[in-house]
Amino acid sequence: MSLTSILLHQALNGLVLGSFYALVALGYTMIFGVIKLLNFAHGDLYMAGGFVALLVLSAISGIVGAGWPGIFLAMLLAMIAVGCLGVVIERIAYHPMLGAPRLSILITALAVSLVLENTVLALTNGQYAAFQTSLGFGGVAIGGLFITYSEMVLVGMAALLMVTLELFVTRTQYGRAMRAVAVDTDMCALLGINVPTVIGVTFFIGSALAAAAGTMAGAYYGSLWYFMGFLIGLKAFTAAVIGGIGSIPGAMLGGLVLGMLESFGTQIPGIGSQWKDVFSFVVLILVLVFKPTGLLGRSEQERM
Amino acid sequence: MPCSDLSDAPLLRLHGLVAGYGRIRALHGVDLEVRRGQIVALLGANGAGKTTTLKTISGLVRASAGRVLFEGRDITALRPSDIARLGLVHVPEGRRILRGLSVRENLELGAFTVRDAGERQRRMRHVFGLFPILERRQHQDGALLSGGEQQMLAMGRALMQGPKLLLLDEPSMGLAPKLVLEVMRIVRTLNDEGATVLLVEQNARLALRLADYGYVLESGAVRMQGSAETLRDDRTIIEAYLGA
Repeated sequence: MSLTSILLHQALNGLVLGSFYALVALGYTMIFGVIKLLNFAHGDLYMAGGFVALLVLSAISGIVGAGWPGIFLAMLLAMIAVGCLGVVIERIAYHPMLGAPRLSILITALAVSLVLENTVLALTNGQYAAFQTSLGFGGVAIGGLFITYSEMVLVGMAALLMVTLELFVTRTQYGRAMRAVAVDTDMCALLGINVPTVIGVTFFIGSALAAAAGTMAGAYYGSLWYFMGFLIGLKAFTAAVIGGIGSIPGAMLGGLVLGMLESFGTQIPGIGSQWKDVFSFVVLILVLVFKPTGLLGRSEQERM
Repeated sequence: MPCSDLSDAPLLRLHGLVAGYGRIRALHGVDLEVRRGQIVALLGANGAGKTTTLKTISGLVRASAGRVLFEGRDITALRPSDIARLGLVHVPEGRRILRGLSVRENLELGAFTVRDAGERQRRMRHVFGLFPILERRQHQDGALLSGGEQQMLAMGRALMQGPKLLLLDEPSMGLAPKLVLEVMRIVRTLNDEGATVLLVEQNARLALRLADYGYVLESGAVRMQGSAETLRDDRTIIEAYLGA
C-alpha cells in the first residue's frame, strides 16, 4: 500500500471512530452543561443502546430483514428506550442529589454505571453477543481508498443526528432553554422556564444519542459486550474535554479530533495499535494541563 | 394611574416576611404593599435586605415565615418558574444576560411560556420599537453588549414576559450618569405602558423622583414609608438613610 492510501484509510477509520466518539461526547457535554455532572454512566447507555437494538433487530429481522431498514428501526427504538432510561436515571439517582456536594453526585454516577454494567453482565453471563446484520462488505473505491457502504451510512447517520441536534438547540425554544440552563439556572427559572423539564429533555436527547452510537458500533463491529461502554465513556469524556466541556460544537469537533488522533497516532513508528488508548489519555492530560477550556470552550467563572 | 376600579386591593402585599440564607436571617418581618399602576421605591443601605426582599418575592429565596400575596393569591410556596408565569417578573441585580445566546435568543426566552409564535413576534417588535439598538445587535452574543445595552436587553427580556409587576434590582448599577437617566426614562415608559414597578435603587434621590411611594429598609425591616414627596422632603431621612 502506498503512503497516501494508508493515510486516506486511516482518515476514514478516524472519521468512523470519531463519529461514535462525537455522538457519545455530545451527551456527556450536554448533561455536564445542565447539571454540572460528569455522568460516568453515560458510556453504559451506549452499551445499553447496542443491546436494545440487538433485541429489537432479532425480533423484527424475520419481517424486515437485518439490512439497513431493520437496523434503522432498531436504532430508533433503542434511542427512545434508552432516552427514557436516561430520564428515569436522572429522576431517581441524580435529581435527589442536586443540592448535595459535587462529589456525592459523582459517586452516584459511578454507582449507576456499576448497576447498568452488572445488570447486563448477569443477563448475558458476560458473553459477547453477536450483532448479526446482512450488510456485507460492498463499497466503492475512490482513488486509492475503498469505502464500504456501511461506513458511508454510519458517518452519514451520525452527521444527520448532529445536524438535527444543532437545529434543535439553535431553532427551538427548548433547545435555547437547554443552552440557557447551562449558563444560569436561576435566571431561567425567573423567565418561567421549568428547569427540571429542561434537564429531563437533555437527559433524553443525550442518552438517545449514545444509544444511536451503540447501535451503529454494534452493526459496524459485529458484537456487543457488557463492558463495552467503559472505555468509550472515558474516550467520550476525553473528546468532550478536547472540544471544551459544555460546548456542543466542541463535543462534535473533539470527537472527530480524537478519532483522527487515535487513528493516525497508531501509524507513528514505534506506537502500535496497542498503544492507542494510552495515546488518547496522554492527549487528555496535555489538554487539561495546557488548555483546560478545550478548543471551543469558554473560560468560566464559578457562579455563586 | 389607571382609574381606581374594583381592584382596590394591592397588586402585591408582603405580610411579616421573614427570610434568610442558612442561619443568617436577612429579613425580620417585612410588611409592604404595591398598588396597581404605581412605581414603588425600596430604599436602604447596603445589606438592609432590599435584594433579599425581591428574591423572596420571586421565590429564589424561601420565606421561613410570613406571606407573599400577588393579586390576592398566596404565592409564598410557589416555585420561581410558576411565579414568573403569573406575570410577576424579576429583573435581578447584574442583569444576568444569558451568555452564549444571541440578543434575539435572550428575548425569545423571555417569552418561553408564550406558545403562540405570532404573539412572540408581536412582543419582539414592540421591544425593538422601544430599544432600536437591540434590533441592530440582535445576532450578537448578549454578553458582549455594553453595560447600558445589557440593561436594555434585560428590560426588553422582562417585557417579553408580559409583566404585570416588575421587580427591578438596581437597574442603574455600574452605568454612566447619562445612561442612568436613560434607564430611569425607560422605567417610566414601562410603567406608562401598564407595568407596576417595585424598584430597588442605590440612588435614592433619583428613585424618589420617579416613584409614587417609597419604603426605607433597615436591618431587614421597614423603618419608614411614605409618599415619594414626603420622603424626598424629609431632611432626616435624606441624611440618615439616603446619603446627603
